[in-house]
Formats: sequence, C-alpha cells, structure tokens
Amino acid sequence: MSPPLLGYSDLAIAAILVVLNAVLTWMLELGLTRTILIAGVRVIVQLLLVGLVLKTVFALASPALIAAVAIAMFAMASYEISSRQERRFAGPWGYGIGAGTTMLATLLVTAFALFGTLRPSPWYAPQVLIPLLGIILGNVMNGVSVSLNALNTAIVRERTAIESRLALGTDRYTALKPLQRSALRSGMIPIINQMSAAGVITLPGMMTGQILAGMDPLEAAKYQILLLFLLSGGAGLGALGAVYVAAWRITDERDRLRLDRLVQR
Amino acid sequence: MKIAERKSLCMLKGCALRRLHLGPIDFALQVGECVSIAGKSGAGKSLLLRMVADLDPHEGDALLDGAACSGMPASQWRRMVTYVAAESGWWDERVDAHFLPGTDFAALFPSVGVPAEAGAWPVARLSTGERQRLALLRALTPQNRVLLLDEPTSGLDAENTERVEQLLRNRLSTGIAILLVTHNLEQAARIATRHLLVRDGQLLEEPS
Repeated sequence: MSPPLLGYSDLAIAAILVVLNAVLTWMLELGLTRTILIAGVRVIVQLLLVGLVLKTVFALASPALIAAVAIAMFAMASYEISSRQERRFAGPWGYGIGAGTTMLATLLVTAFALFGTLRPSPWYAPQVLIPLLGIILGNVMNGVSVSLNALNTAIVRERTAIESRLALGTDRYTALKPLQRSALRSGMIPIINQMSAAGVITLPGMMTGQILAGMDPLEAAKYQILLLFLLSGGAGLGALGAVYVAAWRITDERDRLRLDRLVQR
Repeated sequence: MKIAERKSLCMLKGCALRRLHLGPIDFALQVGECVSIAGKSGAGKSLLLRMVADLDPHEGDALLDGAACSGMPASQWRRMVTYVAAESGWWDERVDAHFLPGTDFAALFPSVGVPAEAGAWPVARLSTGERQRLALLRALTPQNRVLLLDEPTSGLDAENTERVEQLLRNRLSTGIAILLVTHNLEQAARIATRHLLVRDGQLLEEPS
C-alpha cells in the first residue's frame, strides 16, 4: 500500500479546527485567541519551510550545511525556552541556563543514539541526524522550559517560606529542594505520561506517521520504543540540569535568596 | 554593672546597603541587652535586621564574639544570629514539620498560648497571631546568641503580648541579646534597655 498523499486543501479543512478554537476562546474571553492563531500560522510556515530546507539538505548531504541546520535549531529552541519563562534570569543568564542545559542534554542523548544504537553511515547522515536531533531537542526543550518556569514561579511565590528557612540557618539547597522536586516533576510528567499511555490510550505521533506511510507496525513499534527512551532520557537530563543551575543562580554562596537576579516579563 | 563594662556580644562595622540608602552603620550590642529600634515605615528597620542576618548582599561586616560573619558559613551565622520576619513563612503542610525533631510541643506551645495539640494541625488552621508566635518559638534554639525580631507582637492581644515578652525576658536572662523592631513605645519601655531610631539611613540614639 502506498501512503496517501495530502493536498493543501486537506490541510485547509484541518485548519478549520484551529480557527474554531480561536473563535471559542474569543467568545469566552479567555485571552488566548491571538496566541492560538499565531501558533497556527507558525506551524504552517515553519513546517513547510523546514520540509523544503530538509529536502535540500538531504540532497546535498554537506556536513557544513548539516551543522548550520543543527545550530539554527538550537538557537530557536533557546529562544522558545526563554520566551516561555514568566520570570527569567536577568542578563545573559535568562538565555543561558535554558540554552546551555538543553544543548548539553540534547547532544549527549543524540550522540548516545547515533553511536550506540542507530549507527548510520556516515554518522552525520542527515536523514537520521536531523530528525533525531529535532525530536530530542523538542522534548528536552519542553522538559527544560516547564521545569525552569515552574521552579522560578514557585520560588517567587514561596519567598517568605524560603527566607524563613534560610533565616533559621538552613542552607540554600535544602531550602529549595522541595521546590526543585516539584518543578522537576512538572517537567517530566508529559514524557512519563507519553510512555505509560503509549499504545494503550494514544498511538504515538511518529509511530502513527510510519504506519500511515506503510511501515510494518512491529518495526514502527520498535522505533517508537527507542525514541521514547531517548526522549525521556533527554527531557530528564535537561530538566535536572536546568533545575540545579537555576537553584544555584537564584541563590548565592552566602545562602541568600537573590530574587533581584530575576526579571518579570 | 555599667554597659561600658559589659562584654560586646555583637558588632556591626560599616554595614551599608547604599542602593537602598541605608548605613553605613556601626553598632555594638552587649550580652543580655535588648535594644529597641523605632522609625517610620520604610525607614529601613527590617532591612537593618536582614543585613545583620546577612540575608541581603551588603557592605561591611558583622562580628559575634569577635568572629566575623563573612568568615563562617552563612547558615552557621544565622543559627546564632537569627532573624524572625514580621511575616512568618511556612514550608510544610503540618505545623510540627517546622520544628526540630523531638520538640516537646505539649510543654512548649502553651507558653505562647497555642494549644498543645497544634503540632499535628495543618498550618492553614493556625490564626495569624498563632503563626506569629509559633514562628518566634521555632526560631528559639540553644544556639541563639542574638535574636533579630521584627514586630514580634504586632496584632497580638495584651495577654499574648505579655506571654511573648515573658518568653523574651527569659531568653535575655540566659545571656543572649535582642534587637527588637517595634512600633509599640510602651513595649520598648517595658523590655528594652536602649532605644534607637532609624532615620535617613542612620541608626540614632533616640532622645528620651
């Protein structure tokens, strides 16, 4: 069976759902209308553009070009993370903590997958590297941005409680531990849900795509398992790193809470 | 015994928060002494206490028995020089989780007019006044040398104010010192031996 090819008219029909959503939130005055519409337009522009770019990159298979695409992906992920923060760190840290931990976790997990399991030849084969990097990066980005945002907002909200503990002689990491724990949990829940619900409640996106495109379901399932392991590893590492670097930065070596290092959007 | 002959317990040297127009302040606190601090709201009374507890970055240094705050871990300093904020913070759901393990609640709580069984309560069940008194109580440990108290009895009725003052007098007699921010001049007269005023970022002797 050959995969059914989609026409642009099919996409237009699906877009009705997004517009409907936007209209509903507008009628209920939930203040999300603009955000939904912008996100809808972005998904069209971004994915079509990426499809075009990848087609070219795959055809040329030039290492420099592949590296350039990877760098662009990291830059955009970093921007997304910092713009998801209700309270971000002032100065270069606002960008740096999210970007640094995301990049580190993504690179580690991608390298692990490339050299440990998938072993494409050459190792930078764009058909493997770019989609792999993309899906890992996306999940790490989610884990990091959710955890970071949860931690910083919780710290601002719990300021008196934290400072009470510090004033009684508790060190900064002990005082922040419960908040780190719950921030990490928020960041990890999506991927944990994805793993426990996989196949039972939802058919994962990639597996659905592969089956629709004609792949043997068992082979598609094996790929999906590998991927979910990579994603949970990446999201966990990234979120963990972000929560610890942020806890270190929001306090100082004299065990003080330094909310002055945060800016509100 | 004259004040000048007593041993200086805690000293501030050039402590300043220039960004917030406070200080530089030099000040010495004697063993067993309770010093009241008055001043308009926003004058920097709480900032001064926070600075002594090293809770905000500041210039200068504080010394306890000659040992510099900057020369020891901040947590160690704060177990000896303990700040109790006007607004109490609670980091767990149950009341007893905020006290050291092994605390005898039945003996301790009634001394500030809180029911003995309140240890097992959720914090949300405490009234504002009960929270204020328990926040003071949990800060009292054998390690305290200086207590930095920010309005410890604001909003308490006469009976509970008396209980808190009695508690503080007992602690003073064990050889600690207290810096007491209070708006209540009668209270200052009752338990403090020296009265200071924060004005224009400076700590002044209040003309009596």
